[in-house]
Amino acid sequence: MANTTVDPLLEEIIGPTPGQLLRKRVFGHQGLMIGAVVLVLITLVALFAPQLAPHDPYAQSLVARMKPPVFLGGTWEHPLGTDHLGRDYLSRLIYGARVSLMIGAIAAAISGVIGTAMGVAAGYFGGRVDAVVTFLINVRLAMPVVLVALAVVAILGGSLTVVIMVLGFLLWDRFAVVMRASTRQVREREYVAAARAIGASTPRLLLTEIMPNILNNLIVVVTLEMAHAILLEAALSFLGLGVQPPTPSWGLMVSEGKNMMLFEPWLVLIPGAVLFVMVLAINLMGDGLRDVTAPENRN
Amino acid sequence: MLDAAKTPPALELRNITKTYTVKQGLIGKRRPLTAVRDVSLKLEKGEVLGLVGESGCGKSTLAKILLGLEPPTSGEVLVDGQALGVQDRLALARRIQPIFQDPYSSLNPRKSIADIVSLPLRIHGIGDAASQQKAVRDMLDVVGLPPRVMNTFPSQMSGGQRQRVAIARALIMKPEIVICDEPTSALDVSVQSQILNLLGDLRAEFGLTYLFISHNLAVVEHLATRVAVMYLGRIVEDVSSDDLFDASAHPYTQALLQSVLTPEPGLGVPDTQLGMAYPNPIDPPSGCGFHPRCRHATNLCSAQAPRPVPHRDGHVECHLHDPETAMFGTD
Ligand SMILES: Nc1ncnc2c1ncn2[C@@H]1O[C@H](COP(=O)(O)OP(=O)(O)O)[C@@H](O)[C@H]1O
Ligand SMILES: [Mg+2]
Repeated sequence: MANTTVDPLLEEIIGPTPGQLLRKRVFGHQGLMIGAVVLVLITLVALFAPQLAPHDPYAQSLVARMKPPVFLGGTWEHPLGTDHLGRDYLSRLIYGARVSLMIGAIAAAISGVIGTAMGVAAGYFGGRVDAVVTFLINVRLAMPVVLVALAVVAILGGSLTVVIMVLGFLLWDRFAVVMRASTRQVREREYVAAARAIGASTPRLLLTEIMPNILNNLIVVVTLEMAHAILLEAALSFLGLGVQPPTPSWGLMVSEGKNMMLFEPWLVLIPGAVLFVMVLAINLMGDGLRDVTAPENRN
Repeated sequence: MLDAAKTPPALELRNITKTYTVKQGLIGKRRPLTAVRDVSLKLEKGEVLGLVGESGCGKSTLAKILLGLEPPTSGEVLVDGQALGVQDRLALARRIQPIFQDPYSSLNPRKSIADIVSLPLRIHGIGDAASQQKAVRDMLDVVGLPPRVMNTFPSQMSGGQRQRVAIARALIMKPEIVICDEPTSALDVSVQSQILNLLGDLRAEFGLTYLFISHNLAVVEHLATRVAVMYLGRIVEDVSSDDLFDASAHPYTQALLQSVLTPEPGLGVPDTQLGMAYPNPIDPPSGCGFHPRCRHATNLCSAQAPRPVPHRDGHVECHLHDPETAMFGTD
């Protein structure tokens, strides 16, 4: 038998597992908790929109146009008032959460898959693959997102699907940049060399040695791009080139309210505020996730 | 001797050169950097070959080439007389395993110790989950870690414990050759000797062949049966450890020995007393690469590179010891 002496310090050194440490950091991070709670609430509202909405978001009523919200002297019949077509504003906000979340999630997922594949390949293989990907990233960065989105939507016509696709195929640049940089860093670690010396195949290396160690950065970019996509959808809808009426979208609501902005500012302020809160919540969560998963915070 | 002549060396390098292209600065032009220059080396079965040289001389590059992790620019690596290129990667992995320098970087922080140590078994499909678990437990015991650590993560361990885990991972498939690339230089001085002793014990227990790399002759000299001294990508001297103190020839080897023999050698970076900094491998000195730092350097040394000449049962590259040029050395 070889040397079987156990380090005398072993007992002391074995502390909490990484899982326990992570849980502690997550629940101890205020920004992350606030962002997560708000986002979970919005998600629940979006999921249970039919149960929660007091009215049909599409039902117009010409006799009940632009009723003010309760806090401006309105009635509880329409807690947040009605818009210029007499549609219940609260119900439209609730259904609008669905549109925003769906666009954010699907666009971030599409661009995440594209950008991660490109970035990881470039970072891991280097050389020519890297040169091609870097070129594509530069091409993409040279195109102003809003203008390209406007052009495409103008040609194909605005619809939820078109907006999601356009954003999904435009917002992969940050994924590619961040994943490329993280992969380059992680591939130099000796555990990757060790796994190669053991005989691990390239797909296995990428999946089990590299991916788990760049996942934290990926999650942060996902949140950022979700917020980005949601804001872009609002901007496109505001310009009339996004989701088409009568679909309830927060950007569209701001757009429809802007004519009456000087007389009934709440028409713009209410959807603007929820948009702001949602993007803030996502960004708080992204920042928080970066904080709790950053290597310098590990023990 | 007779035996060695019949069985091919466990590992052999033939005229290995590795040239990297490096870019200096942002707009600098690309220049070649020869990290390993025409190196031939044999690793016989059962021996411990110590490879010493200052940081940056090409030791790790040589190790990566031996492990098949980097292709050489030119030259051949033979395993048991067979070229490395034609060997199956998995078969090669069973025979040669590395132990790296930095145990903080050599263990995947997202995997449990059991996962890390069992990875070779899983990749090679050896045994079922239960027998793999048992093999891990046994191997951890061999390297002096209790079964408890199986469910812990690298971040919960000290450097010495991590290095034990790395050793367990390297040995779990019972390889024949282990390439130890500075296995102790990232560790606390107090832990270094524990790991060195463990490596020595394991060698006896499993009949291992080691290539033991270090920038510190004091570390190598504990274990090695033969020592190869590397300078600027060349093996400048190859000497059996019995001859190391009395009969080593190269002025660089002697400078390294000096640094070990100073009253407090320690285990950190030894002071070679050579004064001048290590040369930049992009612009190596003319002639003998060591001449700017050599006490015995002559005009010949800066003009012409020395050739390897046999010395005892090894070789040395120095004009002082080349019978054809030695006469110029005594100016
Ligand atoms: N991937 C690489 N690209 C460019 N230069 C490298 C690379 N790897 C090593 N080098 C250079 O090769 C030389 C030898 O490096 P290395 O083998 O790591 O030395 P050692 O292990 O002896 O400290 C150094 O000058 C180093 O900068
Ligand atoms: Mg090295």
